[in-house]
Amino acid sequence: MANFSKSNAPRFSVDVYQNEYLPEGGQEVNAIVTVTSTGGGTTGGMPLPVTDPARAALGGGSGAAVVIMVDCSGSMDYPPTKMRNARDATAAAIDTLHDGVAFAVVAGTHQAREVFPGGGRLAVADDMTRAQAREALRGLTAGGGTAIGTWLRLADSLLGSADVAIRHGILLTDGRNEHEEPDQLRASLESCSGRFTCDARGVGTDWEVKEVTGIASALLGTADIVADPGALSADFTQMMEGAMGKEVADVALRLWTPQGSRVKFLKQVAPSVEELTSRRTDAGPRIGDYPTGSWGDESRDYHVCVEVPAAGVGQEMLAARVSLVLPTPGGGTPQTLSQGLIRAVWTDDMVATTSINPQVAHYTGQAELAQAIQLGLDMRKSGDEAGATAKLGRAVQLANASGNADTAKLLSKVVDVVDAAAGTVRLKAKVADADEMTLETRSTKTVRVKK
Amino acid sequence: MTMPQLDRQSACPRCAEPLEDGDRYCGACGADLTALVRRSSGPAATAVDDADEDRPTLPVNGARARARASLPVAPRPGAPAPPEPPAPPVPSVGSAAASAGAAPRTDPRAAVRSEGGGRGGRAGRGAAAAPNGIPSAPPPEGPYGHGSGNGLGDVPSGRSGPEPLGPRCVACGTGTVDDDGYCEHCGHKQPRERDHMECALETVAAASDRGLRHHRNEDYFTVCQATTPAGTPAAIAVVCDGVSSATRPDEASAAAARAAGDALGDSVARGTHPRKAMHDALVTASEAVNALAEDTPEDPARNAPACTIVSALCAGGLLTVGWVGDSRAYWVPDDHTIPAVRLTEDDSWAAQMVAAGLMDEAEAHADARAHAITGWLGADAYELDPHTASYQPEEAGVVVVCTDGLWNYAESAREMAAAVPHDALSRPLHSAQHLVGYALDGGGHDNVTVAVVPFPMPSGRAGSA
Repeated sequence: MANFSKSNAPRFSVDVYQNEYLPEGGQEVNAIVTVTSTGGGTTGGMPLPVTDPARAALGGGSGAAVVIMVDCSGSMDYPPTKMRNARDATAAAIDTLHDGVAFAVVAGTHQAREVFPGGGRLAVADDMTRAQAREALRGLTAGGGTAIGTWLRLADSLLGSADVAIRHGILLTDGRNEHEEPDQLRASLESCSGRFTCDARGVGTDWEVKEVTGIASALLGTADIVADPGALSADFTQMMEGAMGKEVADVALRLWTPQGSRVKFLKQVAPSVEELTSRRTDAGPRIGDYPTGSWGDESRDYHVCVEVPAAGVGQEMLAARVSLVLPTPGGGTPQTLSQGLIRAVWTDDMVATTSINPQVAHYTGQAELAQAIQLGLDMRKSGDEAGATAKLGRAVQLANASGNADTAKLLSKVVDVVDAAAGTVRLKAKVADADEMTLETRSTKTVRVKK
Repeated sequence: MTMPQLDRQSACPRCAEPLEDGDRYCGACGADLTALVRRSSGPAATAVDDADEDRPTLPVNGARARARASLPVAPRPGAPAPPEPPAPPVPSVGSAAASAGAAPRTDPRAAVRSEGGGRGGRAGRGAAAAPNGIPSAPPPEGPYGHGSGNGLGDVPSGRSGPEPLGPRCVACGTGTVDDDGYCEHCGHKQPRERDHMECALETVAAASDRGLRHHRNEDYFTVCQATTPAGTPAAIAVVCDGVSSATRPDEASAAAARAAGDALGDSVARGTHPRKAMHDALVTASEAVNALAEDTPEDPARNAPACTIVSALCAGGLLTVGWVGDSRAYWVPDDHTIPAVRLTEDDSWAAQMVAAGLMDEAEAHADARAHAITGWLGADAYELDPHTASYQPEEAGVVVVCTDGLWNYAESAREMAAAVPHDALSRPLHSAQHLVGYALDGGGHDNVTVAVVPFPMPSGRAGSA
């Protein structure tokens, strides 16, 4: 018997981890905010019953729309298996679509072309449309350039035609964005930002890591490398499953800070490092909203750093109030999903003020790890071997200390580790492009604190 | 009296902003006016000189209380000592061979209100330090009026925080106060009820203050009166000090003080021998603190909730104390020529060093480890070792039951006796306030809690002790 009273919207909880004690004159307050949404994916990704009124009101049937953008530039034919694998992967992704989800396939070259269903519309997934889409994929051939901005704009207009809550894109590219100016891509990202979320994948090793990660960052999705085209189907299936699990879109992290204080930074630190400081939109006096995209059953951590006016020993103040807000249709007062408090307490207890919260320490290390990898790889490319050795050595040390085994493994393909604990490494003379790009793309992946 | 009075101040001592009648904090710079007045009024010891002036502590408070209808304050600013107006909650409860403690939390408070002697309207932070009855402005926190140590989470005070504080932040004067008790403008935490607590019953009084260096008050006290089956009245005071390095020390101290107070009240009403009653109460308090650890499996990096406890029970010519940890009880004879004595032995590193003959008292207390306690109530205590002792004082005097927030400033019995006002026997609440003020003037580095139990008890309607 179904539980009709149960809401399909996820429940959000906010947990704050911090050392609230500051010494006399102390001003910097650090906290890790863990946001967990539960209950959203409890249908196991299955379509929800039509009888559910809340759901029907949400999006008129299904709540999601997905556009798959497949790179069809000429380079996709080298080797020819790449195009075939991309076609298969897209088919696999389409098979993963739940009934009722609106979808379309776009072929991307120096321009964007609708492959299915065409006519500026989205198809609604069922057995027939899925079969038709698979059929249409046969028509995908390689030839032309790469202008990703045009793909995103087409996806935006397609997704905008659907009355749904969750709008998502999946983008696959194998090359650099050579046939439009970087500014054009940036402008496209700006116009699409907040309108839909997008996962981006680079296949092979001829694409630009910063372009792909930049797209995913701007559109609040994931970025990854699929070095072996044969692995595309599995990856696409997994990405689509993730998209199908999303239940709430446009969730913002709202930060209230007191008069006279300054938000030094706010970044997502798990599952990956994502700088959000500059993406603040003011939402009232001392209140700012930071975009977090759409949520399914998941948990993310944020590092908040606030500088508050110093106060005397014995004083206590609220350094920040963190809440998750959901815009209400029609622009009314946003709905607050959950909230947590970040406090500052001034004390002369040395033991209290000098201890660092383990969560804060851990994620400070993880952020430094990501930065060390990126700097190290940049230095390596520019020929600064000493600098690269130092940075990548530090990265090995941090990955080792924090138990980030995946990153440690990726690092070991780029450097020979002499002493992980001390961070002593030697640069490898020969590094496979795929290994280097994998490390760079995944450098922002973090692990959580060992409990 | 020529002491500066808050109500007569026309300008903020810090920034010279003109003040309005009754301001507790400067509207411009946010200075704590009561504190500034206190500091400018010199050492509290002067109070002794005015000791016999039986001035009401709170004339202004009474007037204010009438002005603000919401204050559940006894408007009568009478002194605590004299026999009370015919408002009988305590005796009536007592005559039923039950005790105030038997109906926990509500009875003592009811007693306070109806007696009026217990200044229902608590003074603001620091006001207690006004040594010789300087009228202090009433706090904006109306519901604190019940004044007993039972403020936390209790029924009437349950409507927590903001609304009684009025619409504006006490620090910046601009922001409104949110549901969590913080200013929505500057973020400052608004005063909490536990920041300052007072309670006076006929035969015992207590005061507690956050101090000047801690952000919250982790001390707690319970005072109550009971009647033995033989009809002898008994006074009970329990003082607890939460261990700061543990989780939720404030809840630990509150749980322990309430549990011990209730247990003692029950035992006395049943006629249990005082030493046994005291021992049982300490065990009960320990269990109450242990229970806190069970319902919160939190932060493994921190210790389970823990606190110290010290308790005094005066009944029928016998004075019984019980303690665990480093909170203390002193016996201060009314005749100051008779030496005062400390009634408790700390469970502390310093005490162990002295006991082992490795250091003398001064050396031990100067050591950084002096305050490390070796006994406490809490789930992680090695082994509960409740200490009890009974005394039969031959002369009149008061028992001062206090946390280290006070005795840090008056360690020896002689120093403590010097700090206790001469009229302590007749004005226990005033004495408790005075002693809290003494600690604040000394620096207020810790929470301060003091209970004063006159012995023999002021003879009341229930018959002579």
